[in-house]
Amino acid sequence: MATEVEAQRRGAPASSKRPWSRDRIETLVLTWLRWIVIAVILLVTLFPFYYMLILSVRPLSSLLQDPGVIWITAAEFSADTYTSVLRSTSEGGQGFLVFMRNSALVALGTVLVTLLLAIPGSYAISRLQFFGRRKIGALFLAVYLFPSILLAIPLFVFFTRIGLRGELAGLLLVYVAQVVPVSIYMLRNYFETIPTSLEEAAAIDGAGRLAIMRRVSLPLAMPAIISNALYIFMIAWNEFLFALLFLVEARENWTVSLGLSQLAGSIEIPTTVLMAGSVILTLPIIIIFFAAERLLTEGLTAGAEKG
Amino acid sequence: MTTSIRRANGAPTPGASEPRATRKLSPMARAEQRAGLFLISPTLVIVVVMVVLPIVWTILLAFQRIRLLNLRTAGIFGNYTISNFVEVFSSPGFLEALMTTLVYSVAGTGLAILFGLVAALALRKPFRGRTFVRAATLIPYVAPIVAVTFVWTTMLNPQFGIINVWGTQFLGWDDAVPFLSERQREVSFLGLTFPVPTALLTVIAFEAWRSFPFAFLFLTARLQAVPASLDEAARVDGATPTQRFRHILLPQLLPTIAVLSVLRFIWTFNSFDDIYLLTGGGAGTEVVAVRVYNFLTARGDIGAASAQALVLAAILAVLVGIYLKFFARKEEVG
Repeated sequence: MATEVEAQRRGAPASSKRPWSRDRIETLVLTWLRWIVIAVILLVTLFPFYYMLILSVRPLSSLLQDPGVIWITAAEFSADTYTSVLRSTSEGGQGFLVFMRNSALVALGTVLVTLLLAIPGSYAISRLQFFGRRKIGALFLAVYLFPSILLAIPLFVFFTRIGLRGELAGLLLVYVAQVVPVSIYMLRNYFETIPTSLEEAAAIDGAGRLAIMRRVSLPLAMPAIISNALYIFMIAWNEFLFALLFLVEARENWTVSLGLSQLAGSIEIPTTVLMAGSVILTLPIIIIFFAAERLLTEGLTAGAEKG
Repeated sequence: MTTSIRRANGAPTPGASEPRATRKLSPMARAEQRAGLFLISPTLVIVVVMVVLPIVWTILLAFQRIRLLNLRTAGIFGNYTISNFVEVFSSPGFLEALMTTLVYSVAGTGLAILFGLVAALALRKPFRGRTFVRAATLIPYVAPIVAVTFVWTTMLNPQFGIINVWGTQFLGWDDAVPFLSERQREVSFLGLTFPVPTALLTVIAFEAWRSFPFAFLFLTARLQAVPASLDEAARVDGATPTQRFRHILLPQLLPTIAVLSVLRFIWTFNSFDDIYLLTGGGAGTEVVAVRVYNFLTARGDIGAASAQALVLAAILAVLVGIYLKFFARKEEVG
């Protein structure tokens, strides 16, 4: 009905005369298809996470009894899996609290060091003329697209030799080197949207280069810096390959990702307990994502647009 | 803008023009040069030390017989040999892994972009709750890879995984399907039987699921930039929805799709985490990255691992080079 009125208003002659024109059929089919697609998207993207959550609060015995049930009764509900996965190994748990501390240390450290490097670096690339500026930009692009497995071998050998394998500090260095080029790219784009006239005005008022950066450019770039920080945090928190290569022999230094992947194969630890571990690993990311969705989607498109 | 920078830097012919250009710089410009280099140098140092030097070192390692055991005694100037490459190319597993990588990347990239496009089109017009659906769509991409692979392996578990339980209960499957550990399966369809690579298809499906949000994000951004007047004009001319998509929207989206194809292909081609965590490279899903990892850790054969990683990087460079040469240029003209 609505489409008919709309079609008449827009003056499409064919569709208003014949009741089953191609236009009408297509519009009708596509309207239905659209809602089906939306339903499928929601189901496919959210169901695995719902399944994760449900399994994490069901006792293993009830899972094995009725594996097809995807809701939970109040009687079944138990949060024992969480205490079991978080408790330290000496108390019979899996020690995820320690893993979370490690992940947080590495991720926050990576954010801090990367920003300390990337803010001045991106400012220099966007604002200052210096020798080799374009070449440095090209180098950073190449780093971004390089296969990380190729890097993994020499770094593995190098860290084995200098005895830094098994240390969180070594992992942090690798992460910084991996994310700093993307970070510079994102921030540089933002600095370029800030009009130079503001900085020039400050320069005329007698402010030096550093004072201008600190007082004018940084506050203006704050939204970009925050979204960049969240983005780096997510990358570092989610990273797996380098953590696996460097930390696998040092259990006390495992990150949550590594801990989960290492324990997932063992038969002694119930799946439901490890699902609780998955929830713990995923939760910080989901919280950050929904809290700053707008900032992050913009950051994601800006960061990956360099290809 | 680019030419002026280049002239100021004297980049094109460093030997002759550089000193002259430097001499011409005013004191203020020279101060800017110094400030710029000073601000960028910490980043440059860490990238060179942690990325560039390691890559150079991989090339050296690929030409040496180095194993984890003799690592401490081996020097940078060891005996150079091409035996690693001979070994890599003569072992049948490598070519198979290369083919698997190629199939996995092409199918994964294609499906991810297709799903991303469908999702972007479906969520194009506003409706109540669209913001939430959009955010939900991105979750598979941002969630930690270890957690999502773990949930998938649990869902696909032959004993208590929900997919197999429902499949046997409601869809009439004869047996539970071991999605991640079965190399091949005969599937009957309309009286014909086809061999289907079960595990490979499963990891491709996973890849499409995980990375379609990325394509969705870019295509949505591009769709928002399509001028509404174009669509309106076509509607007035009596174009049906599919005609409008085919002749108005698709041409606008093609450049974005091209960029997405390159980016996603590069990343899928190099990806290690997904397959390592889902199947460990078993059941016909061993891609080159996983093979490199196995050579490095299980066998401790650093030389052969480096050689394979190099071949992977070289093939990738060639493929991307071909693409840029033949397709990227066509787009500029068209």
